[in-house]
Amino acid sequence: MSLDSKIPSGPMAQKWTKHRFDMKLVNPANKRKYKIIVVGSGLAGASASASLSELGYNVNCFCFQDSPRRAHSIAAQGGINAAKNYPNDGDSVHRLFYDTVKGGDYRSREANVHRLAEVSNSIIDQCVAQGVPFARDYSGYLDNRSFGGAQVSRTFFARGQTGQQLLIGAYNSLNKEIAKGGVKMFPRTEMLELVVIDGQARGIVVRNLITGKVESHSADAVILATGGYGNAFFLSTNAMNCNVTAAWRAHKKGAFFANPCYTQIHPTCIPVHGEYQSKLTLMSESLRNDGRVWVPKKVGDTRPPSQIPENERDYYLERRYPSFGNLVPRDVASRNAKYVCDEKRGVNGGLAVYLDFEDAIKRLGEDSIRAKYGNLFDMYQRITDTNPYQNPMQIFPAIHYTMGGLWVDYNLMSNLPGLHVIGEANFSDHGANRLGASALMQGLADGYFVIPYTIGNYLASAKLDKVDTQHSEFKKAEAEVKQRTEKLLSINGKRTVDDIHKELGKVLWNHCGMSRTEKGLTEALKKIPEIREEFWNNVKVPGSGASFNQSLERAGRVADFLEFGETMCLDALTRSESCGGHFREESQTDEGEAKRDDENFSHVAAWEFNGVDNKPTLHKEKLTFEECLPSQRSYK
Amino acid sequence: MSKTINLTLKVWRQAGADTPGKLETYNATNIDVEMSFLEMLDVINEEIALDDGDPIAFDNDCREGICGTCGVVVNGSPHGPQKSTTLCQLHMRKFNDGDTLIIEPWRAKAFPVIKDLVVDRSALDRISQAGGYTGVKTGQAPEAHTIAVPKADSDKAMDAAACIGCGACVAACPNASAMLYVGAKVSHLGLLPQGKLDCDRVINMVNQMDAEGFGNCTNTYECEATCPKDINVSNIARMNRTHLVEKIIQRKNS
Repeated sequence: MSLDSKIPSGPMAQKWTKHRFDMKLVNPANKRKYKIIVVGSGLAGASASASLSELGYNVNCFCFQDSPRRAHSIAAQGGINAAKNYPNDGDSVHRLFYDTVKGGDYRSREANVHRLAEVSNSIIDQCVAQGVPFARDYSGYLDNRSFGGAQVSRTFFARGQTGQQLLIGAYNSLNKEIAKGGVKMFPRTEMLELVVIDGQARGIVVRNLITGKVESHSADAVILATGGYGNAFFLSTNAMNCNVTAAWRAHKKGAFFANPCYTQIHPTCIPVHGEYQSKLTLMSESLRNDGRVWVPKKVGDTRPPSQIPENERDYYLERRYPSFGNLVPRDVASRNAKYVCDEKRGVNGGLAVYLDFEDAIKRLGEDSIRAKYGNLFDMYQRITDTNPYQNPMQIFPAIHYTMGGLWVDYNLMSNLPGLHVIGEANFSDHGANRLGASALMQGLADGYFVIPYTIGNYLASAKLDKVDTQHSEFKKAEAEVKQRTEKLLSINGKRTVDDIHKELGKVLWNHCGMSRTEKGLTEALKKIPEIREEFWNNVKVPGSGASFNQSLERAGRVADFLEFGETMCLDALTRSESCGGHFREESQTDEGEAKRDDENFSHVAAWEFNGVDNKPTLHKEKLTFEECLPSQRSYK
Repeated sequence: MSKTINLTLKVWRQAGADTPGKLETYNATNIDVEMSFLEMLDVINEEIALDDGDPIAFDNDCREGICGTCGVVVNGSPHGPQKSTTLCQLHMRKFNDGDTLIIEPWRAKAFPVIKDLVVDRSALDRISQAGGYTGVKTGQAPEAHTIAVPKADSDKAMDAAACIGCGACVAACPNASAMLYVGAKVSHLGLLPQGKLDCDRVINMVNQMDAEGFGNCTNTYECEATCPKDINVSNIARMNRTHLVEKIIQRKNS
């Protein structure tokens, strides 16, 4: 089958406007006759649910958390981009579009990114009207900052908790619609199957996490807003319960998974401190504006940092990238931390580098640093029990965001008619690397301003027969869920779910992490099926399926990571070029930087599932660039 | 290798909402003081699982102190002994070798136990559904800079909006009052010009709060002392004042 991206014709800047006119509409009086399922209640899911209900659709929204307000969007610290150009510094829709395509290393779809930049300004308007308390200057107008090395100040922020404030805005709108009766909310409910009838996505099977009851829900369309798959690695900055299950189960029902090897590794996280470590904590990227990254020049130098003289320190980012220095993009900073640690120059056991504020404190004074980063310094001290005003911070890269996801066309619909995918769960806007403050923008763009239009077009054009949950496909899917649950509970082996998950995580981190090789990926592809085999023969899942059982929840998610991880490594092996966050050691420039191969890899790699032990089929969507002509990224 | 300590844990175990619960004792041995409190519980749960037991159920998600999912009462203090800190950010270095820790769920009539340390806090969602929004629909918003907000108001609104909805204020209050949570919501929206349109919002939220079975405020300020985000009790005063104003307007209009 060929992938049709359905990109509208016409000039780039007119495509969305033209498409909005070309799309079919659902009559206002008919909207209430359609039911839409939204899975996930983060920025994308909550904004979509609220907006669709406002239009008059019947919405059922599901989340596994105890409240829709707790989705992992809440943890975003930095900010949200928009092309408002309030600082008058030369920003525009075209510049935001251009920066995002370039930042994604020319592996995203231009038309989608342009639309994202176009609607970015409406997002800020909407959030302000909802009461999101963005930072303001003394005149009472909105404040902006430069973020992630951007040349313009286009980032809006709410202290260090922009994600929480935007999510509360969307959650409030969702609550308004729940109160009105337009949205029925199902918290503590996890999607475990997608139901496809006559080739169309027509519902889901869920498990009530309190009672364990397995239930079916039918609808005219299904929207997945279920986030990314960073927790495949076990250790990541994602919340503990983030998972790939909804997307993976949809994949197994026919939805293609695109670019799974595109993962983003964030350079400034607090290092791992022991085997018992459960997750990693991100320290905002903004710290690199004033902190200097270094390691000792000598291998095996275990002196405390204060006793290492200036001429025995290697400020390796400043040395290798004189023009960008400590502000190189995330992938470059991460990879270089790995290199110095591979050279055995890492500190405190080898897997950490220093982020030092000594010079900034000397130059600006401790009070000034406290005013800028006080909350981050406090957080660092709370976790590590060391004072970053007196000692350099220790940092190390960690998995943070995943650019890959289910394949969608311009309308955000997967190759399965009726199945729409929004936010981090889809693949479309960030290419091989996401820029800082763009994740929140994309989640809200999809939910507030794209899906409310495109889903109407689908509903108005699709032929939708009446189905209910008595249909044999629902019964079959329910039986699959029950069978899988029973199987997981019956193995009664000798290893816990987390223990096996950690083993998978190490394989992925070592071979499909910051730097990848054919040899390593081949080895990972041999090991992962072995770990999967071990899981299905030797895992221990206590308790029953008919009650609240967190071990069972985790087991189901890890079972999916064990299948997904293989596809991720296969994608990484097949893409023998380097691009964005995907660095193949075989493909680098003479200076050791990522080298793209546009001739052979200027495409989206979309994988079709063929059974757990069979190789998936690769489908390619060719990427063409009309406005942003591919060039080599350079930060020297 | 960092320092390790041994602890005795007395943990509330309760199979479900309708079954009686009790404290069970567990020995936590060789606990690395660099662990977080939740990682300590992870370690205990791994041991319980391998020993054919039922692991302790506890809610948690982001483990960064922002999602508001986690929270248990440790020796009488919601989120444990460290000020301005959620349970997930509390580390074992705050305890001493040989300590006994009594670990219980949030206790409030409006927060029924689901299992062990997990409670149902959906009452807080229902309060927000009663009026915690401005009413603007997608697409209706005017250009963001048509609404200027004095920085002082905006900062105060942000202070209140920092509430993570964890429910520790309810657990700390001798009356199980949710007024700090509701007050924070009222201040967040009420201090901003865009939040001032709806003149029944506070009445509706307060009515829902009462219907859920939360108690009243008797000014013990335990809520503020325990709040991991330092939400100030002045928000309760603002809620009461706004409630009175709305009542007066309602009477005038009727």
